[in-house]
Amino acid sequence: MRGMSLIVQTVARLLAGMLFLFGTYIVLHGHLTPGGGFAGGVLIAAAFILVSLAFGSVEQTERNSYTLSSVVESLGGVLFVSLALAGYAAGTFFFQGAAAYGTGTPLRLISGGIILPANIAIGIKVGAGLFAVFLALGASRFVMKD
Amino acid sequence: MIALFACLLLLLIGLYAVVTKRNIIRIIIGFSLVEYAVNLFFALVGFKHNGIPPIITHLGQSRSNFVDPVPQALVLTAIVIGLATTALMLALAMRIYEKYRTFDITEIRRLKG
Amino acid sequence: MIELYVLLAAMIIAALVAIEIKDLLAAAVALGIVGFSVAIMFILLQAPDLAIVQIVVETLTVVFFAAVILRTTNSDTTVGGFRRELVLPTVVYVGFGLLFLLVAGQAMAGLPGFGNPTMLVAREYIALGLERTGAGNVVAAIILDFRGYDTLGEVTVLFTAVVGVLTIMRRAGRKGQGAEGRG
Repeated sequence: MRGMSLIVQTVARLLAGMLFLFGTYIVLHGHLTPGGGFAGGVLIAAAFILVSLAFGSVEQTERNSYTLSSVVESLGGVLFVSLALAGYAAGTFFFQGAAAYGTGTPLRLISGGIILPANIAIGIKVGAGLFAVFLALGASRFVMKD
Repeated sequence: MIALFACLLLLLIGLYAVVTKRNIIRIIIGFSLVEYAVNLFFALVGFKHNGIPPIITHLGQSRSNFVDPVPQALVLTAIVIGLATTALMLALAMRIYEKYRTFDITEIRRLKG
Repeated sequence: MIELYVLLAAMIIAALVAIEIKDLLAAAVALGIVGFSVAIMFILLQAPDLAIVQIVVETLTVVFFAAVILRTTNSDTTVGGFRRELVLPTVVYVGFGLLFLLVAGQAMAGLPGFGNPTMLVAREYIALGLERTGAGNVVAAIILDFRGYDTLGEVTVLFTAVVGVLTIMRRAGRKGQGAEGRG
């Protein structure tokens, strides 16, 4: 059987979705509660890693997700820089988030100027980057052997 | 003050592993220990007695007893960077093992020369 | 704050175990103990942002270490035994350690003391954070708005490190080198 035992697979199937949801929640609420793009991004990567470890992976799928995650990581970086460049579009300086986006109603979800979109960009970048690193180190291939 | 010195002791333990150990994985563990010690030192410097986390939960909240947020902001990014650099070092170590079949740095030096 | 000192003692013991135990997998687990103790200490030091990041990052660190050790070897052949080439590094290390503690002691005298941070810039950030950026979390306001350049630099470093790992570990595409070094 590919991957780990049935118990691990069942628990992973139940947990992975919730882990991904929790990571997304932490990314989106980074400007209101503890957390943010870095913590949520690592959690999203952990959700993918859990599935990959529990179920093992096929060579071809793994190569595809490897390419895809490195592309998504670069896209996250590009998104972050273009968010910073939006300050120029608003007629002020690099990283002038409040001028470009407005600050919104304080302590609501849609607020915080540049912080909410920048958290999303960093979350995408960190999650995809760490999952690509995990695939490159090849831990799931070790689980496949037995 | 004792807490700060204990933190520096942790840094010196990590540095000991980096300087005197000959196993590459052990050296990477030493680097990780140094990194944890520095991160913890920042958080200890920013701590305030009877402080609360620097998060505003409702308008008009008293902000006088927040702990220092600047060291926390500096460390937050450094933790994730530390994971990425540790992964980089581990990838190098794995390549070295595939080539020389050992983690011993003196052995590797002998095999090369 | 007695639990702070208990955790610090546990961390130092776990760190000593991590650098001295023979089995490398056990060393990685001991490193995990140190990291999770750091996470609990972040909670005690009123830094929930750092605690969340540290917990998830530490989990992934142990996973990465386990991945590498399981794919290579977990026995450390270099433990024990007197080596002549280690005399000089040890002497240099002891000298540096004593100097470091001396200088650190001097520098500590200039610090405002544990539990009383200076907070010159931080006072401004706390007072203006919500009004200028609209974010309730002051730490998020600092890393992404007041000090956005810092985060841009960190994102660059992260990108470089990930590209480095992907370059080192790639399997195909190296032309003209044969099968050497590919395991």
